[in-house]
Amino acid sequence: MFNEYEPINKKIFQIIDNDGKVINKKYMPEIEDTEIVEAYKSMLFARTADMMIVSYQRQGRIFTYPPNYGQEAISGAVARLMRKEDWLVPAFREMGAYLAKGASLKEIFLYFMGYEDGQNFENAKNFLPYSVPIASQLIHAAGIGYAINYRKTDQIVFTFVGDGGTSEGDFHEALNFAGVWKAPVIFIVQNNQYGISTPFKVQTASEGIAVKSYAYGIKGIQVDGNDFFAMYKAVKESVDYAKAGNGPVLIEAVTYRKGAHTTSDDPTKYRSKEEEDSWDAKDPLKRLKAYLVSKKLFDPEEEENLVEEYKKEIDRQFVEAENYGPVPLEDVFKYNYADMPADLKEQMVEHEKFLKWKEARS
Amino acid sequence: MKKIMNMVNAINDALDIKLAEDDRIIVYGEDVGVEGGVFRVTEGLQAKYGVERVFDSPLAESGIAGTAVGMSVAGLKPVIEMQFSGFANPAFNQVVSHVSRMRNRSRGKYTSDMVIRMPYGGGINALEHHSESLEAIWAHIPGLKVVIPSTPHDAKGLMIAALESPDPVWFMEPKRIYRAIKQEVESGKFSIPIGKAKVVQSGTDVTVVAYGAMVREVQKASVLAKKEGISVEIIDLRTIYPVDRETIAESVKKTGRIITVHEAIKTFGVAAEISSIAMEEAFLHLEAPPKRVTGFDVIVPLPKGENHFIISPEKIFYEILRTVKY
Repeated sequence: MFNEYEPINKKIFQIIDNDGKVINKKYMPEIEDTEIVEAYKSMLFARTADMMIVSYQRQGRIFTYPPNYGQEAISGAVARLMRKEDWLVPAFREMGAYLAKGASLKEIFLYFMGYEDGQNFENAKNFLPYSVPIASQLIHAAGIGYAINYRKTDQIVFTFVGDGGTSEGDFHEALNFAGVWKAPVIFIVQNNQYGISTPFKVQTASEGIAVKSYAYGIKGIQVDGNDFFAMYKAVKESVDYAKAGNGPVLIEAVTYRKGAHTTSDDPTKYRSKEEEDSWDAKDPLKRLKAYLVSKKLFDPEEEENLVEEYKKEIDRQFVEAENYGPVPLEDVFKYNYADMPADLKEQMVEHEKFLKWKEARS
Repeated sequence: MKKIMNMVNAINDALDIKLAEDDRIIVYGEDVGVEGGVFRVTEGLQAKYGVERVFDSPLAESGIAGTAVGMSVAGLKPVIEMQFSGFANPAFNQVVSHVSRMRNRSRGKYTSDMVIRMPYGGGINALEHHSESLEAIWAHIPGLKVVIPSTPHDAKGLMIAALESPDPVWFMEPKRIYRAIKQEVESGKFSIPIGKAKVVQSGTDVTVVAYGAMVREVQKASVLAKKEGISVEIIDLRTIYPVDRETIAESVKKTGRIITVHEAIKTFGVAAEISSIAMEEAFLHLEAPPKRVTGFDVIVPLPKGENHFIISPEKIFYEILRTVKY
C-alpha cells in the first residue's frame, strides 16, 4: 500500500466512493461485518453527542466546545485498532478515539464545563489530557515512543493534529525526533481544510502534508479521511509497519470540518454555504451507511431508534456532569506539586480565613 | 570517604550514582553523549551506561523538553540539558504549557517529573545569549521547582534530590564557578532537601541573601565588612522556588537588615521577592529598607563591557556599609 500510494504520486488512498461502493478491492481491509456495524454505530453516537453538545452550548449549559462533525471516520477507524495498552496523545477533535480509549462522555462534558476532573479519565489507560497549544503534543508522542523502544513494550502511540498545526515548529521537531529514534508513533493529521478561519493554502505552499514525510525519512500516506475503510486500512498498515521497528508514519487524512472551529466561531465569515454543502456528498457516515445498506448489514429504519436511544444516554451523562458540584478550594492548590509547598499552603489558609470572615459578615 | 571535586565533577558524580541505581533515568541533549556536553558535565556517562540511556539528541530545545514530557508520562525519568540557559527559550512553550502543568491538568494521574539542567550566568567572556540569569522567569511558573547550587557539595546533593523529586526541577548551574571552586565532597550518595536555604555564615548586623556564583562574592565582601567591625549573616538560598521564607524571616528578625544579591536584572527579580518576604514576615524588626544588589535592567553586555555589569565584592561591601549606616 505504502509503495503504491507514495505521496509523491499525488494519488489519494480510497476504498469506497461517495455512494459506499468499493472501488479499490485490492486494499479492502478484512473486517468482520459486525465490527463494521459497530464502527458505524460508534460514529453515529459521536455525531449525535457532538450535535447535542453544540445545542447545550447554545443553551448556556457548557462552555466553548470544538465539534467533530464531518471528521468521524478518522477517529472511528483509530478506535477499532487502538488497544488498551496503546497510547493516545490527542489534540482536541477526536471524540470517537477518546470514547474508545475508555473516556466517558461525562468526563468530556466535565472538561468543557470547566472542571479539571474531566481530564482524569478514570477508566482510560495511557491517554494524555487534551493539548490546547497547537501541535505541542506531537513531541510528547515522540517521547513516549522513545520510552516504548527503551522498555521494549509492544505499544503504539496514536497522536493527532490539524492542518494548521503542521505549520508549527513542534510538528517538524516531533517528526524529526520520531524519525531519528524510529519511534512507533502514528501521526494523524486531520486536514480539515481550515485552521479556525485560515484555509489550507495559506498554511503551506506544499501540495498536501503527506509529502512532508520524505524530509524526515519516514513513511507517509494521503488518505481520504471521510472513507472509513481507507482510514482503517491505512492505520492498520501503519501499526504493522511501526510494530516491526520501522519507525513512525505520517497519515494525512483529508477531510472537511463541517462545523465551526469551536462554538465561539462563525464560519459564515470566511467560507461559503456552497463550499460547505459540496462536502455533503462525501460525508463519512453517509458513505459507510450506504455500504452497510447495500450489503444488508444495517437497516436504515433502525437509525432513528438508535439516535433516540443515544440521545437519552448522552443526556443522562450530561445531567450527571451538570450536577457535579462546586470545585473545592483545596483542589485548586493540591495538584500543582506532589506535596503542597509551605507558601501555597499559607496562601490557601489565608484565603480560607477571608472566606470565613466574609461568611460571618453576611 | 571524600573526594576533591569541582562542580562539574560533582554533578557528573550525582548523575553517575543515580544512573546506576535507577534505570528510569535517561540523560540526553545537544552533544551530551559522545562529547559529554560542552562543559563535560556528562563526560564518560555514555561509555558507562550505553547509548540508549545517555545520548545526543537533534538540535531542538522544544523537541528535547517535549520528548521528555512523553518519556516522563510513560514512566521514565529524563534528565535533559539545555546547552546554555539562553538557548532554553525555544523550550519555553513546552516547559510552561506542559512540563509544569501535567500533574495539575491530569489531576495527579501523570507527572512530568524531569530534571532540566543548564549552565547559566555571566563572567566567562562568552558570546551573546550565553550570560543571562533568567531564574525569576522560571520561578514564576507554578508547577516547577528551581534549584541553583553554589558549591560542588551542594551541586551533588541538590542534583540527587532533583533526581528523586516527584516534581519537575529546573536546575541552573552557575558556569562561572563550574571549575573555580574545589572542595572535598562525600563520594557516596547524599541529598540536600529542595526548598531549604542554608545559613552559610552566621552574623548579627546584616543578612545577605545570595545564590549560585554570588555566594562566593558575598563571602569576600563579608571579609571586608568584618574589618570594619560589621558582622554579616550569609544565607545561600539553594532553591529559588519553593523559597524558604522561614530561614529568611528568622535571620532578618535577628539582624534587622537584609540585602539580596543576584546577577540577574533587578526589576521583578528574585531580590524583590526576598525583600517582600522580609517586610511581610519581619516588618517591625527592620532598621533599614531591604536592599537589592543586582544586575542593571539591561541586556547583558558582551565581554568587553561585562565588567560594568558583573557584581564585585566591593560593590556588595559598599551596599553593606550603606545599609548598616542607614
